[in-house]
Amino acid sequence: MSEPILSIQDLTKHFGGNAAVSGITLDVQPRETLAIIGPNGAGKTTFYNMVSGRMTPTQGKVLLDGQDITGLPPHRISRLGVSRSFQINNIFTEMTVRENVEVALAALHHHSRRWFNLASRDTVLQEEAQALLDRLSIGELAERRAGVISYGDKRLLEIAVVLATRPRLVLLDEPTAGMTPDETRRVTALVKSLADSGDYTFLITEHDMEVVFSLADRILVMHRGEALVVGTPEEVRNHPEVRRAYLGEEDQEEQEAGA
Amino acid sequence: MKQMILLGALLVALIGLVALPWFAPYFYIFIVTEILIMGLFAASFNLVFGYTGMLSFGHAAFFGVGCYATAMTLLHLKWPFLYCLLLSVGAGALLALVIGFFSVRLNEVYFAMLTLAFGMMVFSVAHHWRSVTNGSDGIAGFTLGDFGLGLDLTLGNPAVYYHVVLVFVVLAAAVLYLIGRSSFGMILQAIRQNPERVAFCGLNVRSYRLAAFTLGGAFAGLAGGLMAPFLRVASPEMLHWSTSAEPVLMSILGGTGYFLGPFVGSAMFILLETWITSITQAWMLFLGIVLALMVMFFRRGLLGTFLDWWLERK
Repeated sequence: MSEPILSIQDLTKHFGGNAAVSGITLDVQPRETLAIIGPNGAGKTTFYNMVSGRMTPTQGKVLLDGQDITGLPPHRISRLGVSRSFQINNIFTEMTVRENVEVALAALHHHSRRWFNLASRDTVLQEEAQALLDRLSIGELAERRAGVISYGDKRLLEIAVVLATRPRLVLLDEPTAGMTPDETRRVTALVKSLADSGDYTFLITEHDMEVVFSLADRILVMHRGEALVVGTPEEVRNHPEVRRAYLGEEDQEEQEAGA
Repeated sequence: MKQMILLGALLVALIGLVALPWFAPYFYIFIVTEILIMGLFAASFNLVFGYTGMLSFGHAAFFGVGCYATAMTLLHLKWPFLYCLLLSVGAGALLALVIGFFSVRLNEVYFAMLTLAFGMMVFSVAHHWRSVTNGSDGIAGFTLGDFGLGLDLTLGNPAVYYHVVLVFVVLAAAVLYLIGRSSFGMILQAIRQNPERVAFCGLNVRSYRLAAFTLGGAFAGLAGGLMAPFLRVASPEMLHWSTSAEPVLMSILGGTGYFLGPFVGSAMFILLETWITSITQAWMLFLGIVLALMVMFFRRGLLGTFLDWWLERK
């Protein structure tokens, strides 16, 4: 086995007396896609917040390529190659779609320190941004204001902004939440092609089990802040505790829906 | 097409401003001088507020310190005016760097309160440190000598001084405008809309906020330096928190969304003040009514509302 890109050691976060995340230990291998599932309140987003620097853990460590990044601010962690999306769209609503991506590219290429260029004539950033949008099939929206495009397109745009920082490790927080079935298929296919390109390691939290099983190399099941099981989709599917705690409900729903 | 019309309108306005002394009475030369200086002050504030999204209630500190810097160097050292102004820019920037260092780490109302608190401290220093600032009387009795650069200008002549102010304000506004349109300016606007996303793009939001705050202080310092010879005094009033409110009101009156909004707001503010105070003492009542109407119905300000409507129109 190769050196893990991300190594989580006994990661814990308390809010008051409650443990939102409790003693998670986990290694993530380069280029794998790890899905994190669990009911709302299981601690998935808190886990992301600690890995991405939005929150400081109460206890435990986060290692990126063996380097301790615990408690670093978000912009430092971003520079080390970790980027994330949010459950609620987190974009620049007053800018055009392409400008959203240009902000991330300006940061990446250090154009953000240029005080006397014309941003509207920065063709290097514009072309790169356009290429990225095209790749995500929202290229024709480039000139639209980001606040007015459809919900699903906004989520795709946020993924474009995330990718523009050239991350090695990408944390997606429920990327298909609230999407139409068609949009969900688009995002799933997109993540699959990005994962297959071998340039990225993905962590994905997701409620849609179809998406999870079609993307994940491994699955972490969280329950009340703890890691219930980590394993391949097959192992997780057949795990008795998971079936009882989580998947069982889905099966029942499916049966009811089918009946 | 519309861009050409806007450029044309701007050019006409500029020609009108340059030609003003040849057709307008002295009274209006004074008024427009004040509009230009306060417009620059408001525009420097709007870099911090309208662009970067930080509502500062202490911006008068930089304006005032710029005014004192020019007044004191003219009085004690009799430097050429240009060098006094450069000193004012430096003084505004330096003070903004120090105050900003502590303030930009806070958000929203806490940032506003902290800038207000620092502003009051600076006012208090100017008010009580009599041996240096001459207390509430302020620094007066200085005279303008040379301009510098070997230019032979009769700065004491209000029409000449008006032209000097016009040149400085236009140049400073052009620089501010270009900064707003640069990649750096784009990042500032991104920070206003969503600071968290900017941080997750790998930028230290606090440094960019501090840079914007310091730049705002530098240009406010220049405005203050231009104000000193115009008022013939640098007094603690210019550092008072009520002076900090003026660029806020001007920016909102004109509109924070367009670069020239604060200048339009400055013109509205000063013209209304002039006209209404000639009729009644209760000018603040009328200002209050206008402001309330703007905030309730024309939140984009006079220029913003007009341009939004005109640019949308087919």
